[in-house]
Amino acid sequence: MSTIEAAAENAHDAHGHDHDHPSFLAHHFDTPEQQFDSGKLGIWLFLVTEILFFSGMFCAYAIFRMLRPDVFEGCSQFLNTKLGAINTGVLLFSSLTMAWAVRCSQVKQDRGLVGMLAATLSCAMIFLGVKAIEYSHKWEMGLLPAGLYFYDPANPHPESHTNYLFMICLPFMILLGGVVAWLVVSFATKNKFHQQCAMPLTVAAACFFVGIGLGMVLESGDSERATDDHPTHVTESIEQSETMQLISTGENQVLESLATDSNTGIKSELTARQTQLETAGSAIIQEGDEIAGAIISVEENVMTQRKAGVFFSIYYCMTGVHAIHILVGIGFLVWLLVRAVRKDFNPQYFGPVDYVGLYWHLVDLIWIYLFPLLYLIR
Amino acid sequence: MSAGSIPSGDQIKDPGYPTASENYLTNSKGALTWLLTLDHKRIGVMYLIGVMTAFFSAGLLALLIRLHLFRPDGAVFTGPEANNWYNQVFTLHGAIMVFLFIIPSIPAALGNFLVPVMLGAKDVAFPRLNLSSFYLWVFGAIFFVGALMASGLDTGWTFYTPYSTTTDTSVILATSGAFILGFSSIFTGLNFIVTINTMRPPGMTWFRMPLFLWATYATSIIQVLATPVLGITLLLLIAERVMHIGIFDPEFNGDPVTFQHFFWFYSHPAVYIMILPAFGVISDLISVHSHKRIFGYRFIAYSSIAIALLGFLVWGHHMFTAGMGPMTTIIFSALTFTVSVPSAIKVFNWLATMYKGSISLTTPMCFAISFIFLFTIGGLTGLHLGTLATDMHLHDTYFVVAHFHYVMVGGTLVSFLGALFHWWPKMFGKMYSEAGGRLAAVIIFLGFNLTFLPQFVLGSRGMPRRYATYDPEFQTLHQVSTLGTLLLGVGLLVALVVLLRSLFKGERAPANPWGGATLEWQCTSPPPFYNFERPPAVGDPYDFSDIFWDTENERYVTVEPDRKIAPAEQPEPAHAEGTH
Repeated sequence: MSTIEAAAENAHDAHGHDHDHPSFLAHHFDTPEQQFDSGKLGIWLFLVTEILFFSGMFCAYAIFRMLRPDVFEGCSQFLNTKLGAINTGVLLFSSLTMAWAVRCSQVKQDRGLVGMLAATLSCAMIFLGVKAIEYSHKWEMGLLPAGLYFYDPANPHPESHTNYLFMICLPFMILLGGVVAWLVVSFATKNKFHQQCAMPLTVAAACFFVGIGLGMVLESGDSERATDDHPTHVTESIEQSETMQLISTGENQVLESLATDSNTGIKSELTARQTQLETAGSAIIQEGDEIAGAIISVEENVMTQRKAGVFFSIYYCMTGVHAIHILVGIGFLVWLLVRAVRKDFNPQYFGPVDYVGLYWHLVDLIWIYLFPLLYLIR
Repeated sequence: MSAGSIPSGDQIKDPGYPTASENYLTNSKGALTWLLTLDHKRIGVMYLIGVMTAFFSAGLLALLIRLHLFRPDGAVFTGPEANNWYNQVFTLHGAIMVFLFIIPSIPAALGNFLVPVMLGAKDVAFPRLNLSSFYLWVFGAIFFVGALMASGLDTGWTFYTPYSTTTDTSVILATSGAFILGFSSIFTGLNFIVTINTMRPPGMTWFRMPLFLWATYATSIIQVLATPVLGITLLLLIAERVMHIGIFDPEFNGDPVTFQHFFWFYSHPAVYIMILPAFGVISDLISVHSHKRIFGYRFIAYSSIAIALLGFLVWGHHMFTAGMGPMTTIIFSALTFTVSVPSAIKVFNWLATMYKGSISLTTPMCFAISFIFLFTIGGLTGLHLGTLATDMHLHDTYFVVAHFHYVMVGGTLVSFLGALFHWWPKMFGKMYSEAGGRLAAVIIFLGFNLTFLPQFVLGSRGMPRRYATYDPEFQTLHQVSTLGTLLLGVGLLVALVVLLRSLFKGERAPANPWGGATLEWQCTSPPPFYNFERPPAVGDPYDFSDIFWDTENERYVTVEPDRKIAPAEQPEPAHAEGTH
């Protein structure tokens, strides 16, 4: 490496800029501006790939909501709007602190930068805490992806053998313990740098449990209402599915009339549709039963493995992948925080803070779409 | 032009040979300096070794497939599990070839070596990201080997649901591998886009870039825009197998055709990831070895971008028989035809470049000419498949197999070999045996056609693809095809021997053995680790008027008319602009 830098140095001596390659400028870039622009373009392209990555799931959401709007509206009742709204607020606030952190790095306010990064980290942890409450509550009720779904409307809160909340909290407890131990050791050894790193991280790790507490308070007040709402809604959904059935029979009639004109393509289409209807009626979509069924069987109509299960699959895929992005973001924020304590950033070199900031805003933005699409559709 | 003698009295420009301490291959020693290198050239060489290994193993699998098909009831695999073995072998052949060889072959292996040098930059924009792409590739390969070791894979490389959610082979391992390889590909593409946008030296305008860079840029756009969709599709497929999320699995109310849409939304653009860099290579090869300016530079450059963008709109043509609406299929069919326009523009421009050029029939040129033959056949047969009426008959037959092998092997592999022979002296500083190289090119051309031309006939007569056994009426054509495979294998072995032999017995390569005008020929062979000591003077990449053959030293040199050099710029006084 040293030889490469030396060579680069020589190459630039010709230009007469003797301090052209400060330590933060990689050897293959000519100027800090070029380095910054490259990074900026790179992160924007990366964000494009992130959007496309999520677009697959948004696409799945659109398809299945179009096919069964009643299922989506029915299942959305089980998502706690208050918790979702709190999390939206927390993430929006974290975007503010992140933007502020970028500003701090640009004007060389090192203490402010550390504070703002710590605030962003704390918000991320609160978000995860609230999410842990939401997830564990649903797992206990059996509101799971289609294959694992076991929700029973007659017994929405079965005796649970596993404490999911504890399982989610366990890694965060270990994390908190680790950071506190680090803090204690750094005070014992009087290492200033380690103290400055460990203090904000302890606060951030503790914030996970703030989120847990917040979620517990709100969840206990809200869960009863959600289940009470439910039956009234499902009656509507039946009417809807009935009309859907009518529409599809109507289409078939049109096709039948067309088929008499000896159009083989339409004939085969018609046979295919009839076969499909038979298969669907017998095995997959039990729509025939629904229409014959009374109000008593309503609960099963939407809240079945094959219907609600798909909604919750999409819910867990989207929020789960989003939560993974939050975790990755937390990793980057910790890295930034340590570098900020080390005073790495200056008005000529604040790229990393800017790039992580852009990533963080995107993660926030995706949540802003997820919240109404999943929680607010009833 | 290059044929004349060097005008006397002019200045001859030749970088000479690198010293051992400058040569990127030898400037630092030890395995770790390779494994942890950030030098794009070394990463390119590591990729080259990796993709060649993948190609070799998948090639052996192909040989097994063809040998099995030598007899109607199967010649290689016997016993009750014979058909399962066959399914696993063709799946792994396809998956390894696509994900581990063709996609990274030209962009990652040769692109990594060439992009910064052709651009006149010191390195790619993100060298660490570049190295991590390589290691992601390695991890992806390990997952594939893991799938092979565990319980194999028999879904075909497309992982179609519902079969892939029900088979008990290791779909999860293989899709995880493909997921990781996807990120490798995304990071490579992202790196190249940023490098080409921000690292061009002064004078390197967009329209002074060699066409290989245009093609790489177009490829990178597809890699960045399409691959994430494959990523999420494979992730959902894994979730489908683990938790039965019911998005693709009909057992839980999912829709298998949705999987096909998602999959082809990536995988159709992915075939342009495979072929676009080949177009770039051929543009450079044809022009350099015809010693004539490329015809229609801007048309070729824009047609690469056009193919990249149109490629996103045609995925439905893989699913004409999967139950889409009639209007949708018509639209997809029409869009498919539009892709043939930019492809044809390229072929016509290459032919026009060769017309009245002074063609040297070197090894790379032999490969380039066979590319034009084979790609034209591959492209034109694609029109049969894009036409709705004929596709109903030809879908899932050997016609499709022959078509995409003409494009992927006849196109991408042949141009990869052409590029390898063209830039080999630059990469390793050795000249190979021309006679051996040409012989390899001819054998590969013959062997390839012998293998795949009969498959067009087989397909149009109704031989379905992916079958382990067949009706005896097809036997003759199948046997011809198998013999062709053996010949193709011999040709590839000859090529390998020629290249490896050159490393030990080859003559030292001059800086510019072919008379190219692009920047990589202006640094030594092999290039120094820093590529260019100072930003190189950028001229027209296809202007051969000042390049002459130096008979005495058997090399091409750039000749500049003698002119007065302006005095070097005086250094400014330090802090002249004032301090803050």
